[in-house]
Amino acid sequence: MSGLKDAGHLFRFVGLFVIAFLVFWVIRGYVVPKSFGKYGHYRAAALGDIAAHPAKFAGHQTCESCHSDIADAKAKGAHAHVNCEACHGALANHANDPASVTPVLPDTAVLCLRCHTASAAKPKGFPQIVAADHYPAPCQSCHNPHRPAMGSDSGTGKAAGGAK
Amino acid sequence: MNISRRHVLVLLPAAAVAWKFVRAGTPEASPNYTLSEHWWGMLLDITKCIGCGNCVRACQTENDVPDGFFRTWVERYHRSDYHLETPEVISPDGGKEGFPAVKDDANGIYFFVPKMCNHCADSPCTQVCPVGATFISPDGVVLIDPKYCLGCAYCVQACPYGCRYIHPTKHIADKCTLCYHRITKGLTTACCEACPTGARQLADLKNPKDPIHEFLKTHTVQVLKPQMATGAKAYYNGLDGSVR
Repeated sequence: MSGLKDAGHLFRFVGLFVIAFLVFWVIRGYVVPKSFGKYGHYRAAALGDIAAHPAKFAGHQTCESCHSDIADAKAKGAHAHVNCEACHGALANHANDPASVTPVLPDTAVLCLRCHTASAAKPKGFPQIVAADHYPAPCQSCHNPHRPAMGSDSGTGKAAGGAK
Repeated sequence: MNISRRHVLVLLPAAAVAWKFVRAGTPEASPNYTLSEHWWGMLLDITKCIGCGNCVRACQTENDVPDGFFRTWVERYHRSDYHLETPEVISPDGGKEGFPAVKDDANGIYFFVPKMCNHCADSPCTQVCPVGATFISPDGVVLIDPKYCLGCAYCVQACPYGCRYIHPTKHIADKCTLCYHRITKGLTTACCEACPTGARQLADLKNPKDPIHEFLKTHTVQVLKPQMATGAKAYYNGLDGSVR
């Protein structure tokens, strides 16, 4: 051991490193979130945080659970695959509290033309109109938006939206 | 009651299995969702897109996207007969309120291209994040941890598709989450829900019953910038060669 007689400063040096490493390890344990690294180099709990965002679109399945009459009428027409909220807007509020949240009926003058205004950029088979050349009455006086072919119903479904 | 060594030998593995199950990947807000059973992508059918902007508006409503920023947007391409490689592209306000009329005498073709995060399997944006704030989730969605993001914007520069932006008030990177809060609950994304023509379809590539598989077999489907090998999962049907 005589070789180590004058090596005390080296042991102090190593000891300092060991202590510094332990301090680092303890601080790291507190600072790094528990779920970090569970799936990869990120905080796994972020998945839950992001998934907790509230939905604003209820989804057509939810609409149809109450408004099955409209869904049945719609299923026979050209708008069968147009989901409710594509026209009526996001209505999760209404679905969560149907009594107090009443949806506003969309304005057909804006709504219908958004899709059906003629444009060379649209796919050829898609039904398009030039508003200036089209019959000038409001759209719903001839077309029921839920089943838009003319004469496809007597209008008793009143072009109204879902809420009744 | 005495717990013998036999009891302990039986109970310990059972507890271990239970613990493993508890720790298994299930986002807390979605109890019936198993991460490993899904691999999400999106099908965008250009032959069906009418440029109505429903997807853009739905996305902004659903995800509180600030005005002037877009997680998804629609571009209108004009590829003239004389400049096949340099199409004219417009996207006024992301296509949110539609597009101006097409010139009557214009030659070439016009078409709409909906754009969004491609949720790349080998995404350039996640590779450059210095703090582990953006990542590919085990179910194939590129996400941002808002608590970890510093807003350095490396990822905004790295994305070859221009799908990220710095949020003007939160000062962190923001992007399409593929409506992660919806798809983990069995709903489709807001843009797919609002698309009137079915030009957008959420696709679960790990679900053998998903119609995407049949579609990919029977159609000529392309991704954007395939030469960058990003593993993009936004599949485009009917994509013109001029689209960038």
